[in-house]
Amino acid sequence: MALSGVEIFKYLPKTNCKKCGHPTCLAFAMKLAAKQASLDACPDASADAKKVLGEAAAPPIRGIVIGAGDKAVKVGDEICLFRHEKKFFNPCALAVSIKASEAGDAAAKKIDAVKTSEIDRVGQKLRVDAICVTDDAGDAAKFASVVKQVVDGAPGVPVILNSKNPAAIEAGIAHCADKRPLIYAATAENAEAMAKIAKEKKASLAISANGLEALEALSDKVKAMGVDDLVLDPGARKAKDMVEQYTIIRRAAIKKNFKPLGFPIISFADRGDSLAEATAAAIGVMKYASIIVLNSIEKWKMLALLSLRQNIYTDPQVPMQVKQDIYKIGDAKESSPLMITTNFSLSYFIVRGEVENSKVPSWIAVMDNEGLSVLTAWAAGKFTASKIAQFITESGVEKNVTTKELIIPGYVAVLSGALEEKLPGWKITVGPREANQLPTFLKGKA
Amino acid sequence: MALVIPKESYSGKIYEVQIGSGGKSVTIGGANALPFLSFEGVFPHKPAVALEIMDIAPTDWPETVQKAVSGASANPVSWAKFCQEQGADLVALRLLGTHPDQQNKSADEAARVAADVAAAIDVPLVILGSGQAEKDSQVLQAAAAATRGKNCAIGKAVEENYKTVAAAAMANDHKLIAMSQLDVNLAKQLNILLSQMGFAKEKIIMDPMSSALGYGLEYTYSVMERIRQAALLQNDPMMQTPIVCDIGLNVWKVKETIAPDAEMPEWGGLADRALAWEVISASGMLTAGADMLIMRHPGAAAKTKELIADLM
Ligand code: B12
Ligand code: SF4
Repeated sequence: MALSGVEIFKYLPKTNCKKCGHPTCLAFAMKLAAKQASLDACPDASADAKKVLGEAAAPPIRGIVIGAGDKAVKVGDEICLFRHEKKFFNPCALAVSIKASEAGDAAAKKIDAVKTSEIDRVGQKLRVDAICVTDDAGDAAKFASVVKQVVDGAPGVPVILNSKNPAAIEAGIAHCADKRPLIYAATAENAEAMAKIAKEKKASLAISANGLEALEALSDKVKAMGVDDLVLDPGARKAKDMVEQYTIIRRAAIKKNFKPLGFPIISFADRGDSLAEATAAAIGVMKYASIIVLNSIEKWKMLALLSLRQNIYTDPQVPMQVKQDIYKIGDAKESSPLMITTNFSLSYFIVRGEVENSKVPSWIAVMDNEGLSVLTAWAAGKFTASKIAQFITESGVEKNVTTKELIIPGYVAVLSGALEEKLPGWKITVGPREANQLPTFLKGKA
Repeated sequence: MALVIPKESYSGKIYEVQIGSGGKSVTIGGANALPFLSFEGVFPHKPAVALEIMDIAPTDWPETVQKAVSGASANPVSWAKFCQEQGADLVALRLLGTHPDQQNKSADEAARVAADVAAAIDVPLVILGSGQAEKDSQVLQAAAAATRGKNCAIGKAVEENYKTVAAAAMANDHKLIAMSQLDVNLAKQLNILLSQMGFAKEKIIMDPMSSALGYGLEYTYSVMERIRQAALLQNDPMMQTPIVCDIGLNVWKVKETIAPDAEMPEWGGLADRALAWEVISASGMLTAGADMLIMRHPGAAAKTKELIADLM
């Protein structure tokens, strides 16, 4: 929550010495509030002013990067409670837990599952983001050996080191010290030792407490020890407590600029049953968790959770769209079929996927309808016969496709008559309604 | 600096709507805070889960869900009893067979089915038309009359037919499901129109139009969040009706619930994937404020009820 000019003014020296280049302290304060100046310009600002104003300028929820390199994930740095207010910016990281007791084959299997987890959805590459090595055996050396197995087996994948025992963290972090791991967790009992490691190794540090009051106290304590990159676990495990506690944390941070809780949240969707675990994780995705640790990452489960995350984190003001263009699929030639769809990413990628499935080289004409689906665009008057005709004519696609046949989506079959009138010389063919019938349809034509 | 729990001050409350009668009747609504935030409000009724049945065999449902009901779905009465045994809070009968593109069954025939189903179960009944607005006017009128006294929820009343459907619900003492198209203002507008014709707003359940995970879920999600905020924070009486989400219909037509394992190996096994698709779609609607869900797969409904218990 930003401070107003008048609030900022209270912290300035009030001497109007003009060294900042502004006629008065108040004028400078106004510029600061508008983010058009930096406090550094005032040489006489007190340490207190720097602290207060610095904190006020910081984002309400600190952004934190876990891992290093191109697989590093940034979480936090959110500014609203509801996605329609603006948008959710940094998708929560989904992590799988590998237990020390799984060392060897079981761990290797999970590492492999992480490495092959990437899916392509609506043009985005989505995957399991991190691995959480969990110390369930109470044996520091064993824990460290699994950390090593993970770091060697899945290079670049961000790591969470999960142990309450500082000695185990020390031993484990030796294998990933330069990779900005997240340490989980400092508690009231081990805070000093954990903070020391985090500071030394420049790791981020999760703090875990039972309830929000204890969490706040721990946050202050660890921050006083000089650790800035914190992650919060208020201890909620039941879905009810997750929704309530995470909401309170998010509200306190965003509406009250309450600094002790202005950090990303880590959630453990620990359930015996895999689908129940998926539902708990889903609650985390929607209700403000920034890192979610799962016990298992079956492909069906990740598909559902990654899709949910993609849905929740899309920009509500601007639908995901692709560029208006004539796209060539496979080795399309002059005689290959030409289809038209809208530039809503979902529509385009579904159609494209099915065309690729069919193995029939084709052209897909994508028309800019401000990212609306076929039926929505049609209902909104943006996918009409005249607009399509104009697009096809101006695109110059005639030069590439000599058949002069245009296949339109089955749901807008009503357009075919008017289109034939508006595109003289073209044959308009009504395609199937659902894209999944396209392979059969295209093979039938080939 | 000690944390003061930042509470919202809500001025509105969701109407309580009862469906059915007797021991198995279901009441939804009543909340006076955003979903599941019991530190600042009360939630007298948990969200209800209805299982869907139809007046025709579910031959165009995907295999996974067809199989899950195959023992019972040959006729609507045995199917309804099966849903009740499976723990459904309500049974939702969709009269799809009346659609002109389906079997174009008559309104009378549909009404008989509705009456038979209502007589066969103790849990409350939801009666849905085929979605063809014109035909639904006749079908729902007949079905409403045939189930008079059962306190059903009938629908969906839409912009094109709300007058006749609402009149049928009113004449036979049923509750009404009113659907608008994914838009906060349209949802409110329909409730206003219904009120203006004398239909009590306290008897309406609004359907903001559901969508499936991966296929527009976020639109429904945000529309519902905004509706709830208008109801509770702005105390808008036209937004305080409970919300129903017709999920199964949307979920069981997308590729993720249909494509066999071999076709999409990177998506994992179909059986688990399809079930998860319906459950995670449901979890989205619950989080955004659904008071009632209409689902198709008994296993998915059971898992969703587990989640509801975990949320309360
Ligand atoms: C999400 C949604 C919206 C979102 C927009 C999402 C977007 N980016 O487009 C919002 C909320 C903004 C919206 C608004 C409106 N909507 Co709307 N919306 C939907 C909804 C729920 C899903 C649409 C969707 O994303 N579909 C998924 C995409 C992938 O589908 P698709 O593009 O059609 O592609 C499929 C096929 O067409 C085919 N296909 C695509 N391209 C091609 C090409 C070829 C060659 C072939 C063969 C096949 C093919 O493959 C795809 C998969 O099978 C549908 C209802 C529904 N469940 O379908 C209503 C729906 C499309 N909307 C509708 C309406 C009326 C509207 C509004 C006019 C009403 C309103 N609420 O004000 C507005 C208009 C928008 C405006 N004025 O700007 C109606 C259209 C009715 C009709 N038949 O004309 C629908 C069908 C709802 C209904 N049942 O009444 N909508
Ligand atoms: S330099 Fe500092 S003290 Fe001087 S006028 Fe600017 S704000 Fe005021």
